[in-house]
Amino acid sequence: MGMTVSQKIIASHAGKDFVAPGELVNCKLDIVLGNDVTAPVAIAEFAKLEMDRVFDEEKIVLVPDHFTPNKDIKSAEQSKIVRDFARKFGIKNYFEIGCMGIEHCLLPEQGLALPGDMIIGADSHTCTYGALGAFATGVGSTDMAAGMATGEVWFKVPESIKFIYYGKMPEWISGKDLILHTIGDIGVDGARYMSMEFTGEVISRLSMDNRFTMANMAIEAGGKNGIFAADDITREYVEKRARRPYQVYQSDADASYFEIREYDVSKMEPVVAFPHLPENTRPVSAAGDVILDQVVIGSCTNGRLEDLEIAASLLQGRKVHPEIRLIVFPGTQQIYLEALRRGYIETFIEAGAAVSTPTCGPCLGGHMGILAKGEKALATTNRNFVGRMGHPESEVYLSSPAVAAASAIKGRITPPWEV
Amino acid sequence: MKFSGRVHKFGADIDTDVIIPARYLNTFDPGELACHCMEDADAEFPAKVKPGDIIVADKNFGCGSSREHAPIAIKGAGVACVIARSFARIFYRNAINIGLPILECDEAIDAINEGDEVEVDLSRGQVRNLRTDEVFAATPFPGFMQEIMAEGGLINYIKAKK
Repeated sequence: MGMTVSQKIIASHAGKDFVAPGELVNCKLDIVLGNDVTAPVAIAEFAKLEMDRVFDEEKIVLVPDHFTPNKDIKSAEQSKIVRDFARKFGIKNYFEIGCMGIEHCLLPEQGLALPGDMIIGADSHTCTYGALGAFATGVGSTDMAAGMATGEVWFKVPESIKFIYYGKMPEWISGKDLILHTIGDIGVDGARYMSMEFTGEVISRLSMDNRFTMANMAIEAGGKNGIFAADDITREYVEKRARRPYQVYQSDADASYFEIREYDVSKMEPVVAFPHLPENTRPVSAAGDVILDQVVIGSCTNGRLEDLEIAASLLQGRKVHPEIRLIVFPGTQQIYLEALRRGYIETFIEAGAAVSTPTCGPCLGGHMGILAKGEKALATTNRNFVGRMGHPESEVYLSSPAVAAASAIKGRITPPWEV
Repeated sequence: MKFSGRVHKFGADIDTDVIIPARYLNTFDPGELACHCMEDADAEFPAKVKPGDIIVADKNFGCGSSREHAPIAIKGAGVACVIARSFARIFYRNAINIGLPILECDEAIDAINEGDEVEVDLSRGQVRNLRTDEVFAATPFPGFMQEIMAEGGLINYIKAKK
């Protein structure tokens, strides 16, 4: 029997020719990732092992991005724990303010995550690197600590669900709409413990930025990982960034799937997820009259150059609605700089938006855009749970950058074609 | 290992943002996190939870963020065990890794109410509702996970193997 691309990556890192779903295996790790919220817990656990070095200084990546630039004294202390650890243990990939970015935008950009890799990160959106054809999954801090110590992690080999997207992509439809539509279809635990494999003619034409958005939200369906088999689009992205060899895998024709689901995208509309779960999706034209207080464009889901490009194209020569606070977060310093060079940043500021240094801040209700009681925000982020962006009685709606930009202009949830 | 406690019942898809909101993630002190445990799902919970109490929840408990602060907050609040119809996978790993007892027990969820006294036998994977005397079997854990739990978490397990 054949294997899926996920099975192949697991097998190769477990030193086996074949692995079957349900099998428990130990895998060698290519990257172990942590941030300023999760790494301090991992560092404390690692200390209990009384080791004088990590398994590999090149394979650990530390990115203080959640509450940075430090939002308060306690956050500053947490960042300091990470910084001190990086210095003491000679961690090669520590990213300080000024050269950092939101981790899941940063690692692919820096060529640290590559096709065929086995990656764990103490951040649930680590699944983003599946866009590159890597097996990447979120874990907690103790798994991160164990990974830093041993260079290995245990896994149960997941079943896979194959998603096939076909048809002609209508205008305004993005990767965000495809993944929200999918989560709306299968639910927030529809792929629990499973691998989500994204395929089809639509996917084969989809840009890397849109693939990152889709893989990023696999966790919102409960997925262990989301994966795109690497192709020419992946190679073009990776070739100028990779500083080590990588391996490209494809699923076998006779690979077995738990389920196969097909979507005709040709009649799809941009999707909005209503509070308080990403599965509460509606087509934007059925959103009704939702008056907003804040719009956020950015995050590890939609903070990349194409996201800023489409937002800028809508905001060009227009103004943000006077009762809306629009906050734009480029994902990395490189993305920020390129957006500046292309004039997007000028467009945002001329329109009346606030533009921020890269941070996870507002997406998880950390800082830089907290909501008051009763306020409503539309965000290009990934979660709309109770209290996610602030007060437990505030509301978060999720959408693509195009819908977010149009809504910032109109002051209510608005389809992009109405601007 | 056998213990009993009073039940706090929660619904489906309890995410880690309501278990411990991100506004408190600038610390990982179990005592401080416990003061805000579950507060966005039930603002009274931190005040009313007593050591030895048991959380019973519906499907997909602990979905969302990978924050280990979620099981740390629950353990810090003195909760002895979480019984759910199902767990999100990262929470499941985290709970085992830090030594917070968890059980998946589909049948028990509908039959146990808020305030019931429940007896849990972890080694046998059994849940008994002391109000009705009904007994439910939980899904057994694979052997090496039982070893991790017996060692009190993953770090101790690695130490023991070294």
